[in-house]
Amino acid sequence: MTNQALGRAAGIERGVVPIKTEQEIARALTSTSSQKVSEKIIGYFLLACGTLSIFTTIGIVFILFNEAIKFFADESFIDFLTGTEWTALFGSPQFGVLALVSGTFTIAILAMLVAIPIGLLCAIFLSEYAPPGVRAILKPIMELLAGIPTIVFGYFALTFLTPSIIRKLFDGAGVFNKFSAAIAVGIMIIPLVASLSEDALNAVPRALREGAYGLGATKMETTLKVVVPSALSGIVASFVLAISRAFGETMIVVVASGSKAWWNWDPLQQGQTMTGYMVQAFSGDVTRGGVVYESLFAVGLLLFLITFVLNIISNLIVNKFREAYE
Amino acid sequence: MSAITAPGAAGQAPDISTNAQQRARFRRGNIFVALLGIAALLTFASLVTLLWTTAADGYSRLSWDLLTNMPTASARRVNDAGLSSALWGTIWVIGLTAIIAFPVGTCAAVYLEEYGPKNRFTRLMQINIANLAGVPSIVYGLLGLGIFAEIFALGRSVITGALTMAILILPIIIIASREAIRSVPPSLREAGYGLGATKWQVTWSHVLPSALPGILTGTILALSRAIGESAPLIVAGAVPTLLFRPQGLESTYSALPVQIYDWISRPQKEFHELAAAGIIVLLLVLIVMNSAAIIIRQRFSSKLKG
Repeated sequence: MTNQALGRAAGIERGVVPIKTEQEIARALTSTSSQKVSEKIIGYFLLACGTLSIFTTIGIVFILFNEAIKFFADESFIDFLTGTEWTALFGSPQFGVLALVSGTFTIAILAMLVAIPIGLLCAIFLSEYAPPGVRAILKPIMELLAGIPTIVFGYFALTFLTPSIIRKLFDGAGVFNKFSAAIAVGIMIIPLVASLSEDALNAVPRALREGAYGLGATKMETTLKVVVPSALSGIVASFVLAISRAFGETMIVVVASGSKAWWNWDPLQQGQTMTGYMVQAFSGDVTRGGVVYESLFAVGLLLFLITFVLNIISNLIVNKFREAYE
Repeated sequence: MSAITAPGAAGQAPDISTNAQQRARFRRGNIFVALLGIAALLTFASLVTLLWTTAADGYSRLSWDLLTNMPTASARRVNDAGLSSALWGTIWVIGLTAIIAFPVGTCAAVYLEEYGPKNRFTRLMQINIANLAGVPSIVYGLLGLGIFAEIFALGRSVITGALTMAILILPIIIIASREAIRSVPPSLREAGYGLGATKWQVTWSHVLPSALPGILTGTILALSRAIGESAPLIVAGAVPTLLFRPQGLESTYSALPVQIYDWISRPQKEFHELAAAGIIVLLLVLIVMNSAAIIIRQRFSSKLKG
């Protein structure tokens, strides 16, 4: 609406001055009833868009529980959680999810061993040490790395990391192995750890650093004994988020770590993860209502709960243990 | 490495330190700087290696035919294989995702920033959105399959894929749009209210135009994340090696990363080269989109300043 139209709505015509009392101005300035109605409708529409996110969460929880409950009606819940045999796609299927969990954990833990030190060191470098020129190069590299689709990391793991590095270094490594998948997952997560940790480090006030220098500390001592401890809550929260991301990572693992579901913690062997099983099953033909279809949702539910708890923990760490400066 | 060491050394000014202990402390500092440099170099090296090996594997398969031919699963016809159905599937799905997610995400952000009362419910929505951003993408695939494909009976169609993707990237769009709306100075709103405009008039004619570059940038970045996602689409019903392009909303479809995955999972080397070529195409699409986002951000930010 233009200003003129606004004026007309308020009863102020050009040249004419029809204003009489203050009350009339007030009445003219408040919107007309049809306007009021449309304002209300717009308000409700916006609210509906906002609540859509709540319905998404409800939808996820509903659909996962709904199918998982059907699954546990046929299969024992205890056997699911404690069994180590996962032969869902075979003739007489067994559903011991620990087989998938061992693969998932092996890869997530190894990926963290890559992502946490490199990510944190990059964050310290970016926030404390890097001169502007180096920073201007390293920052975009991080963003680029963060923007690369995971299937590309999967290709990298299968066609480069495995044949050119892992199988050269370790004799027993297979064509599919958890190690190269884990390294690729770790590289993929470096930007996440680095950028969140860097934010935490940047939030530490300058005065703390100057105080340390004033006491005669070297730059490294200042960084490691003052700055990093002050930012610890944000840094640890970034680690937890990274673990959650590693658990949920799918395509790298599907491509590079093979499709054998078994209780095995050897990184040089192949091994399927929870996400890997889901993709493998859906790449074939699963029909709705079958026990395999339902098992996918049971695995999905477990994955959802693990990542959900990790995300909550990360939030709690940030909120409870944050050192508030200012 | 000397360029990296310099600022550390300069900050230390070790004039007084002559004893051995002091020197050892600085030596440790230099080792630490070297470690930091190694970490940064490792990150840089992995990115370069990743891009280089993929480009080296795939460039010989790059051709116009790759974009216009249909894919194949037969090793004998691998030289004629292309990405046509996958490319068009991605265009359909991501186009629809944009049409759905952009308005809904913007509206949700407007609600949270401008309309929502500061109460528990609004706070719950915010926490919920932050949590949704951390849900693994494959779980969204299960949501799409269970709700859109089965309960809404949309089947494994383009529209199911697009709805799934839209739900997946909504949290990202909302978070970015809120940031953009929050950075609109309050004086702009007050000027609007001062003229007697209603809340929606202020939002529509003052707040949204100023926040638009930020919202668009966030949306494009979210869409480029969606383009690279394969897991949710595989779960929600995308099919690799399809011999036709999408015919409409109800059509079966393929997508670029899904096709790439299919080729990677075949043992023959020729298919791996095709996959690498597909990755190059995918990365080029992403580069174009990210450049668009950067250009929008820069053009509009300079306009606002001038």
